[in-house]
Amino acid sequence: MMPSPLAILALVVALMLLFSVWKGGKRRTLRNIPALQRLQRSIELSVEDGSRLQVNLGHGGILSTHSAAALAGLTLLQQVAEVAADSDLPPVATSGEGTLMLLAQDTLRSTYRRIGIADQFNLHLAQTTGTTPFAYAAGTLPSVLDRTALSTAMLGEFGPEAGLIADAAHRSEGFSIGGSPSLSTQAVLFAAAHEPLLGEELYAAGAYTKASKMHEASLRTQDVLRWVLILLLLFTAISPLLGGSE
Amino acid sequence: MNLRAPLSTAVAIGFGLLVLLGIFIPDLADLRNRILTWAMLLAAMALLLGLLNLFQVHYQRIRAKEKSVYSLVLIVAMVITFALTLLQGSDSASAEWVFNYIVVPIETSLMAVLAISLTLAAARTFQHRTDLMNLVFIGTLLVLLLGAGPLFGMELPYFTGVLSPYINNVLALGAMRGLLMGVALGTITTGVRILIGADRPYGA
Repeated sequence: MMPSPLAILALVVALMLLFSVWKGGKRRTLRNIPALQRLQRSIELSVEDGSRLQVNLGHGGILSTHSAAALAGLTLLQQVAEVAADSDLPPVATSGEGTLMLLAQDTLRSTYRRIGIADQFNLHLAQTTGTTPFAYAAGTLPSVLDRTALSTAMLGEFGPEAGLIADAAHRSEGFSIGGSPSLSTQAVLFAAAHEPLLGEELYAAGAYTKASKMHEASLRTQDVLRWVLILLLLFTAISPLLGGSE
Repeated sequence: MNLRAPLSTAVAIGFGLLVLLGIFIPDLADLRNRILTWAMLLAAMALLLGLLNLFQVHYQRIRAKEKSVYSLVLIVAMVITFALTLLQGSDSASAEWVFNYIVVPIETSLMAVLAISLTLAAARTFQHRTDLMNLVFIGTLLVLLLGAGPLFGMELPYFTGVLSPYINNVLALGAMRGLLMGVALGTITTGVRILIGADRPYGA
């Protein structure tokens, strides 16, 4: 019998709430994702040497099927802004769609307000650089190539054009990290980016940049559900061999 | 007292729940469709704001004489295309001409640049990354290339008939499904964070 989607959703909510209040002693460590650990170091280095960090949110809007990826990118943007907003070169966000640009502006504005530097915020910190995938990539390239942004994070809906941005980061001797829900883009990023984020790693960025306890809880929920899925798949594969199915 | 934050959070959670419940409760389906139509209209308006932002950023670059030639070309092309499509419609001959003879060739050229960039990136990956996953990546790439077709007019039957289809249909497919399941789990938890107000990308 298939569980209903509402039951799955209720289970996810329950697990997330449980993990967000559960202390769990000293063993509460996150699993090792080298790409995200390097991203954390890259954010710290950007603050120290005063270089700019650019968060690219992709060309999918909030109405697309992969909007969650862009929302993960916005979480990263908020974290980056919190630590680097008052530096000489504050972080910038690029997007290839209007709704994402507005959300990025709102995210930056509220972060600037929260840390008490609202007067330093300007709308051009979040830009729409193009409205088709390649136009978006072409509009994003100059700031990477002229070394204005030495660290480039791509978290959102990207197509193969992400390879152009990652390659530009490599040529300007910068750092690039990238994740996308599209499998072909993940393959492109595996080859082109310094640190590719594969599968669900894209959604774990918030937990590693210490966004909130709920991000950590949702990462643990993902891990639990992943094991449940693995066990279910194994059970489904083995049960016919044991004669438990027709 | 800042009333905007709790209000926008309540609106976001409320509309999110209504859209979600509309999937499971048939009586709410009409309401859900209406909300989605509003969202599409808002997205269209947001696209216009995005274009305005693009215009402003490049206008400022021209004023600051910062790579102003490229910005000038962008603004002139943008204004001409916008005026053409506004006056004659997006399916007019002139709009089609702009699309077929300017947009498509430029994007095709970028695609060609991408092919070269990716080849170079793959070569760089071979040099710099020496972990097990990279060896698997290189091995798979070689097998798939050898199995893709005849090499110097000579077919390698073991690669084309056995190894390449096995990697494509069994190993790669399994790995792809695993990755997609991970993406689905991440999407669900991200969505839940928005629905319960733990993530507020609307700046509240």
